[in-house]
Amino acid sequence: MPIRFDKLGVVIAAIAGCAAFAAPFATFRANRIVPGQARSILEALPPAAGPLLLAIVVTAALVALFKTPQQLRLAASVAALAALALLIGVAGTFLTPAGNTFARISPASGFWILIFAFTLLLADVLTRLELSPWARVGVLVAASAAVGLLLISGSWNDLSILKEYANRADSFWAEGSKHVTLALGSLLAAVIIGLPLGILCHRVERLRASVLNVLNIIQTIPSIALFGLLIAPLGWIASHVPGAAALGIRGIGTAPAFVALFLYSLLPVVANTVVGLAGVPRAANDAARGMGMTDRQRLFGVEFPLAFPVILTGIRIVLVQNIGLATIAALIGGGGFGVFVFQGVGQTAMDLVLLGAVPTVALAFAAAIILDAVIEMTSTRRREASPA
Amino acid sequence: MKAWLPALLRLALVVLLIAFLTNPGLFEPLLKPLTENNAPVIYNQGSLLTLTLLHLRIVLIATVAATIVAVALAILVTRPAGAEFLPLSRSLVNIGQTFPPVAVLALAVPAVGFGEKPTLIALFLYGLLPIFENALTGLTTLPANVMEAARGAGMTGWQRLVKVELPLSAPIILGGIRLSVVIGLATATIGSTVAAKTLGEVIIAGLLSNNLAFILQGGLIVAALAVLIYDGLSAVERYTARRMGREAG
Repeated sequence: MPIRFDKLGVVIAAIAGCAAFAAPFATFRANRIVPGQARSILEALPPAAGPLLLAIVVTAALVALFKTPQQLRLAASVAALAALALLIGVAGTFLTPAGNTFARISPASGFWILIFAFTLLLADVLTRLELSPWARVGVLVAASAAVGLLLISGSWNDLSILKEYANRADSFWAEGSKHVTLALGSLLAAVIIGLPLGILCHRVERLRASVLNVLNIIQTIPSIALFGLLIAPLGWIASHVPGAAALGIRGIGTAPAFVALFLYSLLPVVANTVVGLAGVPRAANDAARGMGMTDRQRLFGVEFPLAFPVILTGIRIVLVQNIGLATIAALIGGGGFGVFVFQGVGQTAMDLVLLGAVPTVALAFAAAIILDAVIEMTSTRRREASPA
Repeated sequence: MKAWLPALLRLALVVLLIAFLTNPGLFEPLLKPLTENNAPVIYNQGSLLTLTLLHLRIVLIATVAATIVAVALAILVTRPAGAEFLPLSRSLVNIGQTFPPVAVLALAVPAVGFGEKPTLIALFLYGLLPIFENALTGLTTLPANVMEAARGAGMTGWQRLVKVELPLSAPIILGGIRLSVVIGLATATIGSTVAAKTLGEVIIAGLLSNNLAFILQGGLIVAALAVLIYDGLSAVERYTARRMGREAG
């Protein structure tokens, strides 16, 4: 039997090979801002662990290289990722001189490229397995639990990003909850206002073009400008409307960030409501009318359930976009994970940037997976409920 | 009468934009009420025109690079030889779009330093996705009868690609480019937080010195550029779609 190569596997094996043997695995720095020294896998790990990691990486790369069953590929990618995650923590402990609190050990390019290579493999396997929505959420929960366990167990505590975290544990959670509140709160407000607005636009044709145009133009204003522009009107409201300041409305801080995110969120919600309602089959509406349903019954009993998956798609766009945009709120004192990103950029402290960026990306990613699963569930249910 | 109104509005916007960029002093009285304590009304640490051109240049370079790479990748994964990569590339596009631009920008800094480079990288990566997604849609939803006819006429794979598939997908690909340009124009302003010379500089100067006039002029120039370019590309898209007999996506 001729040996058959997997095309994607060739790419993955090439990337993994270069990263494992030619790129640094970890970086050692005497303190948090001096340039670092690169350490290869064999230099960064204790005598037994280095060759072990190389063996795991090479085996997983070989599994990827040839045409192998999906289950084996799944096991290989998960094993390689788990080994990398565990051993980078070991490298942190191994490279930190005893009792030295200034030294910083961070994962270097080789580590990140290896993670990227095996995540590609894992993503390919998961895509090909065509998991059900519940299974995808399950994978997400399992992955988060694994990362959570590693964090709680303290095996990553000697890595620089967690040392930055240790110095800011309180503010990390405070900014984190601000970030989530901003993203979810503005989404909620946009749904409360946007859904009725979308229904109105669907019913009143003259309104549709102008409302969507205005919302489109708002989207083109760069986020930092929109955040800035809201400072003045909100400041004015705070000082002239009695009670407004007590509600937390202020020129700078969370209020303008909230309003800006809300304004950006309106377009996807309204536009998708309009598209979803417009896509309701004529026959369904006619049948509902024939049964003597009132306009209101038709809206809630027929049009809305049928348009729901499309509206949810709009909500998914908004949530992912809001989680990303909320980082910019930090520029106007609105808090959120952006605080660490911009502090880190200011101090050229990469670890601090990561402390802000990694949770943001993780949140956006988790939100996307969960909402995609929900969208798929609602649209398949709809298809099952209305057999052709 | 209604038909020429939007065209007139756009023309007025172009004239206004050019007038503001070449002679911002004219507009000083309009913006004056927005400043306090005799702060400067018009951005004074560099010419607005130069910044606008630099802003457009960054977006242009990033978009051209993103278009070449994204279309090449889309062609690759829709050929029989690259078909194995198709499912993965679809999920990668989905994953990539969840990365916030600020995070991409900030993570690029340690790799390439401050200035234009991290901004270019972020704009390039961020621009790839919409173009790739649309190119994939365009190349995978070609009418089957047309493809059959091209094959029947004895066209080689290359001829089919250049003479049939790409021209037919052009309107949809253009739609992706339009999206990516508009995202790029706004994202480039964030580039100024890592010292890229773009219009974001004006906005950030306004944020730092609490000068609303700066924020407004920076923001409005970018918004006007985005609206005009969006409209321009939509027109090109409609034109190609009409020529190809396909509805623009």
